[in-house]
Amino acid sequence: MVRNEIELTEEQRRRRRSRSMALGLVLGALVLLFYIVTIAKLGPNVFNRPL
Amino acid sequence: MSLVSDIDRADEPFAHVAMGEARDFWALLKPRVMSLVIFTALVGMLLAPGGMNPILGFASLLAIAVGAGASGALNMWWDADIDALMSRTAKRPIPGGRVAPGEALAFGLVLSVGSVLFLGIVANWFAAAFLAFTIFFYVVVYSMWLKRWTAQNIVIGGAAGAFPPMVGYAAATGSVSLESFVLFGLIFLWTPPHFWALALVKSGDYERAGVPMLPVVAGPDATRTQILVYTLVLAPFAVLPAAMGFGGLLYLVVSVVTGGIMIRDAVRVYRVREGAEANKAAMRLFGFSILYLFLLFAVLLAELVLPLPGLGALSALGRF
Repeated sequence: MVRNEIELTEEQRRRRRSRSMALGLVLGALVLLFYIVTIAKLGPNVFNRPL
Repeated sequence: MSLVSDIDRADEPFAHVAMGEARDFWALLKPRVMSLVIFTALVGMLLAPGGMNPILGFASLLAIAVGAGASGALNMWWDADIDALMSRTAKRPIPGGRVAPGEALAFGLVLSVGSVLFLGIVANWFAAAFLAFTIFFYVVVYSMWLKRWTAQNIVIGGAAGAFPPMVGYAAATGSVSLESFVLFGLIFLWTPPHFWALALVKSGDYERAGVPMLPVVAGPDATRTQILVYTLVLAPFAVLPAAMGFGGLLYLVVSVVTGGIMIRDAVRVYRVREGAEANKAAMRLFGFSILYLFLLFAVLLAELVLPLPGLGALSALGRF
């Protein structure tokens, strides 16, 4: 059976790792940003709801 | 340009393994242009009466910056063919072969849509629509339509670079004002002498790429006249913020002094037309024009943030 996979070179792996790290950091920062912006938009009212 | 046909090239099965690093995608955002956008949008935002929640202000600035970066990426996607022909741009990520055109297009589109939606949610939908229009203006009106068609490309296209202070003001208020329009006018009038000074020196590059920049189409002499005319209009216009009262005493002094230097350098470009001295004069004007715009906005920013004397200080001085 012929394996139909692309073998990445070491350089290509390094570049992919660089992209993945950056994307991970950006996504993490976005989560934090959306959380902070939500609190800022809603203000103290975010905790003010009937249980 | 079809992604499918690119991928189907059987003779190069591994040619489309992505080669871009994070910094290549960062370069697609044109970080230096982005920093100017952040700076000018911040001044527009702080100019707004009533101010803005600092967290929402920061998030809005981020959205405006990413929108500007996205339009930079889309511009590089569209212009990759001519970028490859010019020494100044040949090493950009797409002509350099590190980012595939389709990757840059997707990157630019995702960031454009994301930044507009985010600005709409954190600030208001008027500002978001304005940001979307700015991206459209830069990518479609300037890059796709004007740049390769008319020598007035950077005059009209310069509006895209001039909108950020108005977008910043709109983010804070949901509207525009005469003050924010004056900041627009300042960048709009600054753009032609700034770019034409560079184009005088790099006209060979533009000619090779078939871009009808003014020195290529109308010749260097006509360009020198235009540079001088625009600078003579720009320098007094730049004093307007002081005349209208939102620039203080320091702004008045700085805008008059640096405006004088701009005129002096533009006159030198107009007079010195031959040899290395001519190129030197043009590059001197180009270099100073960057400092000029930076100083004007930096002083406005300082006066908005710090307790610096307003123009009322002049009349106070007069009493002594």
